[in-house]
Amino acid sequence: MSITKEDVHRIATLARLRIGDEEVDGYADNLSRILDLVEQMNAVDTDAIEPMAHPLDVALRLRPDEVTETDRRDAFLEIAPAADRGLYLVPRVIE
Amino acid sequence: MSWESVIGLEVHVQLSTRSKIFSGSATAFGAEPNTQANAVDIALPGVLPVMNREAAVMAVKFGLAVNATVNQRSVFARKNYFYPDLPKGYQISQYEIPIVGPGYLDIEVDGEILRVGITRAHLEEDAGKSLHEDFHGMTGIDLNRAGTPLLEVVSEPDMRSAAQAVAYLRKMHTLVRYLGICDGNMQEGSFRCDANVSVRRAGDDRLGTRTELKNINSFRFVEKAINFEIERQVEVIEGGGSVVQETRLYDPDRDETRSMRGKEQAHDYRYFPDPDLPPLVIDDDFVEASRRAMPELPDAKRRRFVESYGLREADADMLVTDRPVADYFEAVCAATAADARTAANWVNGDVAAALNRDGIDMTAIPVPAEHVGRLLDRIADGTISGKIAKDVFSTMWSSGDDPDSIIESRGLKQISDAGAIEQIVDAVLADSAAQVEQYRAGNQKVVGFLVGQVMKRSEGKANPKQVNEILRRKLDA
Amino acid sequence: MPHRHSLTELAAMLRAREISAVELLDHFLARIEAAGELNAFITVDAEGARAQARAADDMLAGDDPPPLAGVPIAHKDIFCTRGLKTSCGSRILDNFIAPYDATVVERLAAAGAVTLGKTNMDEFAMGSSNETSWYGPVKNPWDAARVPGGSSGGSAAAVAARLVPGATGTDTGGSIRQPAAFCALTGLKPSYGRVSRYGIVAFASSLDQAGPLAQSAADAALLLDAMAGFDSRDSTSLENQLPPTRASLEDGLRGLRIGLPKEFFDAGVDATVAAAVEAAVAALCKLGATTVEVSLPNMAAGIPCYYVIAPAEASSNLARFDGVRYGYRCDDPVDLADLYERSRAEGFGAEVKRRIMIGTYALSSGYYDAYYLKAQKIRRLIASDFDTAFEQCDIVLGPTTPTTAFALGEKTDDPVSMYLNDIYTNTVNLAGLPGVSLPVGFDAAGLPIGMQLIGPYLGEARLLNVAHRYQGVTDYHRQLPGMFA
Repeated sequence: MSITKEDVHRIATLARLRIGDEEVDGYADNLSRILDLVEQMNAVDTDAIEPMAHPLDVALRLRPDEVTETDRRDAFLEIAPAADRGLYLVPRVIE
Repeated sequence: MSWESVIGLEVHVQLSTRSKIFSGSATAFGAEPNTQANAVDIALPGVLPVMNREAAVMAVKFGLAVNATVNQRSVFARKNYFYPDLPKGYQISQYEIPIVGPGYLDIEVDGEILRVGITRAHLEEDAGKSLHEDFHGMTGIDLNRAGTPLLEVVSEPDMRSAAQAVAYLRKMHTLVRYLGICDGNMQEGSFRCDANVSVRRAGDDRLGTRTELKNINSFRFVEKAINFEIERQVEVIEGGGSVVQETRLYDPDRDETRSMRGKEQAHDYRYFPDPDLPPLVIDDDFVEASRRAMPELPDAKRRRFVESYGLREADADMLVTDRPVADYFEAVCAATAADARTAANWVNGDVAAALNRDGIDMTAIPVPAEHVGRLLDRIADGTISGKIAKDVFSTMWSSGDDPDSIIESRGLKQISDAGAIEQIVDAVLADSAAQVEQYRAGNQKVVGFLVGQVMKRSEGKANPKQVNEILRRKLDA
Repeated sequence: MPHRHSLTELAAMLRAREISAVELLDHFLARIEAAGELNAFITVDAEGARAQARAADDMLAGDDPPPLAGVPIAHKDIFCTRGLKTSCGSRILDNFIAPYDATVVERLAAAGAVTLGKTNMDEFAMGSSNETSWYGPVKNPWDAARVPGGSSGGSAAAVAARLVPGATGTDTGGSIRQPAAFCALTGLKPSYGRVSRYGIVAFASSLDQAGPLAQSAADAALLLDAMAGFDSRDSTSLENQLPPTRASLEDGLRGLRIGLPKEFFDAGVDATVAAAVEAAVAALCKLGATTVEVSLPNMAAGIPCYYVIAPAEASSNLARFDGVRYGYRCDDPVDLADLYERSRAEGFGAEVKRRIMIGTYALSSGYYDAYYLKAQKIRRLIASDFDTAFEQCDIVLGPTTPTTAFALGEKTDDPVSMYLNDIYTNTVNLAGLPGVSLPVGFDAAGLPIGMQLIGPYLGEARLLNVAHRYQGVTDYHRQLPGMFA
C-alpha cells in the first residue's frame, strides 16, 4: 500500500511535525516502502490468535496512597524553555 | 408536534486520594503553581507511572454502590493528543476494558422511580490547568492537577428531562461523598459533568443527533444548559435544519450554549494499551475488602431511618442527602430520650436553617449533637418550652455552651408550679374582663389570646400545658 | 597497560591496590582524548569522574569496598544522569540536564563504578548504524570506514577501542547485540523486566531493556548483577529475587542442548558468518553440548511486526518532546501549533520523524486493526515459537547479524535495508527473552563476527555461563583493533 502526499500531511498534523513541501515526496516514498515491508504480516494467518500487548504476564503492582514527593519546582523550571511566576509559558491558547 | 429529549451524562469524579494516581505527588487543592508536579507529572524523559492502590479501591467501592460488575482485569490505555496541559502528549485512561462495567442508579422524580443505566466507569488521570490572564499574551501552565485520579462515570441515555438529569447528578453527588471517594466540591472542579443531549419526535425509536455540552459545573447550570439545548435543537429541526454533532460550551452569563467548532481539531486519539502498565487485576479478596470498607449507602440509610426511627419519608430523605447530617441526626437521637421525629424536625429545621444562614456545612457545626439531644430532653421533661428552646439553641450556636448552663444562667427554667401559674392567670383574667365576657358568650378563640397574655407575663417560662388547663378551669368555673 | 585488562581484572587490581581509581581514570581519559575521531562520546565528564574516582579510592582504602569500586564505565546517552547532559542523540534534548539519575546509573554508582561520560547513539535509539545521531556517526574501531552498529554504537566503539572497560547500552530490537557483534564484544540484552527502565528515555516501552556492553561474558555478568533487580518505580520491573549470574559462570556444559533454528541459517546469512558460527557450535559440542534443529517458523514476520509495534509505542513516547517543559523550543513560535510543529520538526532527525509517522499511521483510526492489532497477534505467534523451541533445547543459537559491519553511508538512503539488519535480534525483544552476542571470529577483511545465544525467560545465567565457557577455550574476545592495542 502506498502513502499519498495527503496521508503524509494528515499523519504529520496528528504527530505535530511540520513537513516542508519539498520533503513530502521523500516521506511519502520512504513511508510507502516501510509499509510494504510491514504488510508482509499479511502472509501470516492470525485467525483466533489472542493479541499480545506485552511480554510480561503479570498483574499491575499497586503502591500505597502516600505522598512521597517533595516540591522540586525550581529545579524543574530551571530547564524549561519559558517560565514565569512558577508557570510554564506557551503561546496564547484560545479556548 | 411534541418532542422528546434524550439525555446521557458523563460525570468526572475526582477521587480524594492523598497522592496522585500514578505518582507520589500531593493532590491538595490550591497549592502554588507547579509545586505539586513531580518528574512523573511533568513527564520528564524516562520516568514511569506506578499505580495508586487507593484509586482502585475507590473505583471498586463505586462499582459496588451502583450495582455494577467489577472487571477482574482492566487495562490502562493511552489516549494520544497534544495539549499544553497534557504533559506526556497522552492521557492514561481506560478504554476497551474499564474497571467498572454495567450498573445502574435508581432516581426519583415527581414520585416516580427511574432506573438510569450506568454504562461504565473508568479510571484516568486529570490534566493540568491553563491560565490565560496576565502573562504578556502568553498562556501559563500549572500542572499541579495533572495526574489527579478521576473516575469517569458514563450513563446510558436514559434520561428524558433536565429535571431527571439533575436528580441523577444529585444522587451521584450524594453517593460519592457517602463513599468518601470524592469531596464533591463543584467549584473546585472535583465533580464535573458533561451532558449528551438529543431530541426526537415523540414515539420515534431512533436517537437524534446529539451534542455534547461541556463546562456545566453546578446543578443549576446543568438544568439550564440542557433546557436551553433542548429548545435550541427543537428550533433548529422545526426550522428545517438539522442538528450538527459537536461539542458545545455552556455560557452561564448569557445562559446559552455555543458551538466550539473550529476551535477543535479533528480527534484521532490512537488509543492503545499502555506498555508501562500491566493489566489491573481485581480479585475477589480485593472486592470483598473494599466492600467491607464501604459505609451504609443513602438508600439503605433512608430505609433504616423510616423503619427503625419511624421517620416520615420526606424527613428521612432530607437527612440522608448529606452523610454528616445523617450522622448528626443519629448522634442527637443517641443523646436524647425525646422521640426521633422531634430530633429529625430539629436537625432538618433549626439546625439546617442555622447552617444555611452561616453558610457552613455540617462538618463545621459549632454545636455538638449531644447538646441538641439534651436540649430536646429539657423540652420533653418540661424544663423549658419549645419556644424558649429556640432561644436557648440560638445561644448554644453563638456561645458553644451546653443547654443546661444556658437555661440556668439565664433563668429560663419553665414555671410548672401550679400556684405560681394560678397567680399569673388570676392577674391576666382580672385585666381582661372583655375577653372573659366574650368567652362566656361562646367565643372559644379568645383562649389563645389569654394564653398568650399569661405566657408574656411569665416571660415565656410558664408551662403552656398547665397554663391551658388552669385557664380553662377558671374560665369554666 | 591497564586497558589490556578486562573489567573483572581491573576491579580485582583496584581492590588489591595495584592501581588507584584516579590513575585508572586518567589512563582512560587520555585514551578517549586520543581517540576523538571515533566520535564515541557525546559528553566526557572528567571533573565529575575524578571526584567519583577519589571517593572510590577512599572506599578501596577501607573495609569491604563495593564490587565495582573505582571501575570506570560509560553510559549510553539514553540514561538520565543528574546534572550531566542526557541528549539521547537528539537535538531536541541537546540542552537537557536531567534532575535525576536512572535506576541503572544509581545502581552502578552504588556498586562503586565511576561514570566517565555518556556515549553516542542513534537518535532515540532508532537505528542500526549510529548514523542517525545529531552528534554525527560513530566509527567502528576495527575499520573507521565502517559503522559500529547501533543504536548503542558509541558504547560499543568505546569498549572495543578500550576507551573504557565496560559500558551500558539499551536494546529494543538488537541495539546491544548487533553493535557487540560488529565490534567483537560481549553484549547482553536481559529478559524484559530484569533491569529497571526508570530513567531510560523510552523508545518502545514493551521492548526496551538495558544491558552491558563488555569485553567478556564474565565482565557482562559482573555488570548485569550490579544493574539488575527490582525497582518500585518501574511497574514492569520483576520482583523475583534471582541469584547473581556470576555464581554459575563456571558450570559445565555437559548435557546442554543447543537449538539451531533452521531459519537462522538460510540463504540470508553471509557464508563467512555462518561458518564462524558453525565452528563455535563445534567448540561448544567439544565442551559437552549437543545440538538439535529447531524451528522458529514466524521469524520472517518479526521485522514487519517489530516495525509496527516499536514505532507505534515510540510515536506516543516521543509526544512529550513538545518544547513546553524542557528541551528544544523553536524560535519565535507564532502560535501553539507552530510551537509544537516546528520544535518537533527542527528537534527530531529524519529517521525519528519517519518512525513517529509510521507509528502514528499504524495507530490511527481505520488502520489500528490491520497494523497494530495484527502485529500484536504475530507477536504472540513469535513468542509461542520460542516456547515450542525451548521444549526441545536449553538455548537457541545463531548468528547475531546476517553480515559483518557495513560501510558508513551504505544503508542511510534505504531505511528498509537498514531494518533488515535486525532480523535475528528483534524477535527476542518481541518475546521478552534474554539474548547475548559474543565474538566468534573475523571475516577476511578482519571484521568481527558475532554469535547470538537466546535463552528462555530469565535464563541469563545460563547464557553467560555458555558464553564464558566458550571464551575459556577461544580468544576472539581478547582481540583488540590494531590502532587501539
